[in-house]
Amino acid sequence: MRHYPPNFARISRYRSYSSLSPLRWATVGVTTLLAGCHLALFAPGGDIGVQERHLIIVSLALMLSVVIPVIALTFLFCWRYRATNKRATYAPTWAHSTTIEWVVWGIPCVIVLFLAVLIWGTTHSLDPYRPLASKTPPVRVQVVALNWKWLFIYPDYRIATVNQLVVPAKTPIDFELTADSIMNSFFIPRLGSQVYAMAGMQTQLHLIADQAGTYRGMSSAFSGPGFSDMHFEVKATSEADFRAWVASARNGSNKLTHDGYLALAKPSVNSSPMFYASVEDGLFEQVVNQYMPGMKGMPGMHNAMTQAKE
Amino acid sequence: MLGRLGLDAIPYNEPIIMGTLLVVAVLGAALLGVVTYYRKWAYLWREWLTSVDHKRIGAMYIILALVMLLRGFADAIMMRAQQAIADSGHAGYLPPHHYDQIFTAHGVIMIFFVATPLILGLMNVVVPLQIGARDVAFPFLNQLSFWLSVAGAVLVMMSMFVGDFAATGWVAYPPLSELGYSPTVGVDYYIWSLQVSGLGTLLTGINLLVTILRMRAPGMNLMKMPVFTWTALITNILIIAVFPVLTATLALLSADRYLGMHFFTNEGGGNAMMYINLIWVWGHPEVYILILPCFGAFSEIIATFSGKPLFGYKSMVYATSAIGVLSFFVWLHHFFTMGSGANVNAFFGIMTSIISIPTGVKLFNWLFTMFRGRVRYHSATLWTIGFMGCFAIGGMTGVLLAVPGADFVLHNSLFLVAHFHNVIIGGVVFGSLAGISFWFPKVFGFTLDERWGKIACWCWQIGFYLAFMPLYVLGFDGMTRRMNHYDNPDWHPWLVVALCGAVVIGLGILAMGVQLIVSIRHRGENRDLSGDPWDARSLEWSTSSPAPFYNFAVIPTITSLEQHWENKLTGRAYLKPEHYEPIHMPRNTGDGVLIATWSFVLCFALVWHIWPLAMLMLAAVIVHFIARTYNRNTDYYVPASEVARIENERYARLVRVTQVQRPSSSRPKAA
Repeated sequence: MRHYPPNFARISRYRSYSSLSPLRWATVGVTTLLAGCHLALFAPGGDIGVQERHLIIVSLALMLSVVIPVIALTFLFCWRYRATNKRATYAPTWAHSTTIEWVVWGIPCVIVLFLAVLIWGTTHSLDPYRPLASKTPPVRVQVVALNWKWLFIYPDYRIATVNQLVVPAKTPIDFELTADSIMNSFFIPRLGSQVYAMAGMQTQLHLIADQAGTYRGMSSAFSGPGFSDMHFEVKATSEADFRAWVASARNGSNKLTHDGYLALAKPSVNSSPMFYASVEDGLFEQVVNQYMPGMKGMPGMHNAMTQAKE
Repeated sequence: MLGRLGLDAIPYNEPIIMGTLLVVAVLGAALLGVVTYYRKWAYLWREWLTSVDHKRIGAMYIILALVMLLRGFADAIMMRAQQAIADSGHAGYLPPHHYDQIFTAHGVIMIFFVATPLILGLMNVVVPLQIGARDVAFPFLNQLSFWLSVAGAVLVMMSMFVGDFAATGWVAYPPLSELGYSPTVGVDYYIWSLQVSGLGTLLTGINLLVTILRMRAPGMNLMKMPVFTWTALITNILIIAVFPVLTATLALLSADRYLGMHFFTNEGGGNAMMYINLIWVWGHPEVYILILPCFGAFSEIIATFSGKPLFGYKSMVYATSAIGVLSFFVWLHHFFTMGSGANVNAFFGIMTSIISIPTGVKLFNWLFTMFRGRVRYHSATLWTIGFMGCFAIGGMTGVLLAVPGADFVLHNSLFLVAHFHNVIIGGVVFGSLAGISFWFPKVFGFTLDERWGKIACWCWQIGFYLAFMPLYVLGFDGMTRRMNHYDNPDWHPWLVVALCGAVVIGLGILAMGVQLIVSIRHRGENRDLSGDPWDARSLEWSTSSPAPFYNFAVIPTITSLEQHWENKLTGRAYLKPEHYEPIHMPRNTGDGVLIATWSFVLCFALVWHIWPLAMLMLAAVIVHFIARTYNRNTDYYVPASEVARIENERYARLVRVTQVQRPSSSRPKAA
């Protein structure tokens, strides 16, 4: 597991892109245009998503600056030098020019140099494992990908939900992810990055919603017959609403116990949202460790081979 | 006795599959009937099935690819139809288990049984002719390789009607592909069809590498090798380097499934991430294996139809080699989202964008080949120009996906699906179809019908953009791949457009079929009597069309990068040699097709756990192969008089043609 100090530099780095003024205006223009189509990735609901949109547009603009001329030249050359155009120059032995060779190697090299700097910086600043900078303390959520639904455990509140994620807006969410058996990818397009949820392993992801609202979440790694229905709703609420929601969730009667988990983990499709007023201690760690021989997984937790034999 | 095989293996209750079975059975019976009616069995066996001639094996590879393209495309249109229907609450007409098999089969078939045979076929046909060789280094092995690919293809086709196919996605990630989650024979069909065809591909790789390194005509040093042969050289090195990785990876997966081991399972210390790494260590170079020979084909075509040598030959060679080396350092970009550290992700992201440098150079070189040329719009030229625009877009979206921060939201989305279809259709398919229309006369002796060729080209180009540009948009709208149904109404219109695009591509495939029929019917008018129908530049065009089975009556001596063009300029082309010598040739054999048949039965028996049959067939493969090595009667000499007879006929034809139209005499003088 890797630990990062909260990164305050990240936001200023983002600002520094915006100081490229012509590019900035182009970016703003393209963004407005694309946001007009309401495409999820161009209408982000959180800072990570905003940065990723920006990164996509900057990279595309950089590359289009070469790709558009190349496509234009292709059509220009094949039209101008068509065999029937006898007025065009014909140089039937011309096949080498050191100058042109320098240029054609040079242009992609320069573009890639820019890209490499961009990649190095943004891969670090957008690393899903990196905690987000915020004065508000983060909310922790433990995510378990089950076949075929999502279990969200709030360890600090000792509550859990299935197929519905409720989070406070403007608050960093620290996700820890694992899977019960088959690999999935945890993805809320409008909030930004996805990360794999894998059995026997734990990954991390840090996201934030900037405004209250409802977002779609899903699995984006194929995981078998129930995969298409493995989506969930994300409700970003105000801080007060979130507290109220936690309180009401705690008042419920459903408890996520040892046996309750085993029943929940059985394959099912299209589960409607469920809420648990309490969660057994250390459940998430037991799920992560269930396949480790020397460690205490939860007794009776399912195991692929025994399941196949059943 | 029959292992897991029983009557319940046949999916009676699936009307779509049974309907397909009926159509396949009727068409198959009709085909067999026609062959029997015209008494062509002996001819087929003697001249094709047992042939060791690289041109015929190449042609059969391409026929295999085109037949499998029909199946792969049928899968594609079923998926597009399903997604165009299954919006907000509609289940569509394909239940998940069937749909999941279809997208898996589509990927497997298009990569292993369409794209791979297309490029292996092209290399087989062209490489020996371009380097002035009479066949490949190991003709029998070549035959065996081809029939092993056929065995794999038949196995995949069979899985539709007997049992089922993998429902895991085309790279079959564990733990989903492990016994616990895929208990049926589907994944076993997947494993064994790839193992047997992969073996064939590896053997071809070795064969062509040795051919290129050892059998070039005297005087052809590496820097006088035509660009297509250069790309073939690098591709075959890549094949030899990475196909064993695929074989080993699938062997480990089989050990998990058959022997209860735990390489990639969740439990017992297995690690699925290991499989994902290994499969992409093979999988990424594989895409360069597919694209490089197509780059070679485009280079030959653009130079020929621009009436100029290829611009920057040395750049092309270095760029091709650089792509070959770099292709080993990019595999992790397939799973930036697995949770690797930022340094690792950034390294692989940067390495991937570096690959776009040599690729970009190639695009520029094709551009400058057209510059100050005289571009003739043959259908091969149209494919090439279409490719250049298409590939520029596909390359760009590929580099965008190589930026980890962007991949975090685009990974596994339809944006990715659009990207790789953009480069594989735009590059590999367009390249192979361009190559086929270009080199077709060299194998069959007549040119393809241009009108229908151009119709096919336009349908493919338009269909491609209609089918895949909406997928880019859907990727930006957060639609992930492999969805059986969805509840976001915004996606629906784009998917309907994509279906229309697929239909237009279907028309393109139909036009290809019509083109083939029309061309065969009008072959008398389109005969290529000169052997050089396009006024081309490299060695393969100096021999007759169809090339005689010995390719060259006299092995040429190479003095120029564009030997045939040089000969035409200096008046040395078409000079009749003073005398001929006997030619040493390999003898046809049925051993390859028989060994591949035993291999097919072996794989089938392994899929169904029919152990006695598997043992028997394994023994048959080994014994037959050893017996073959003791066979000394594998070659013969074509007498000089026979060579003289064939060549005299050719020169008689040539005189008639050149009186009417000498191939390069109408060429304008240098500016």
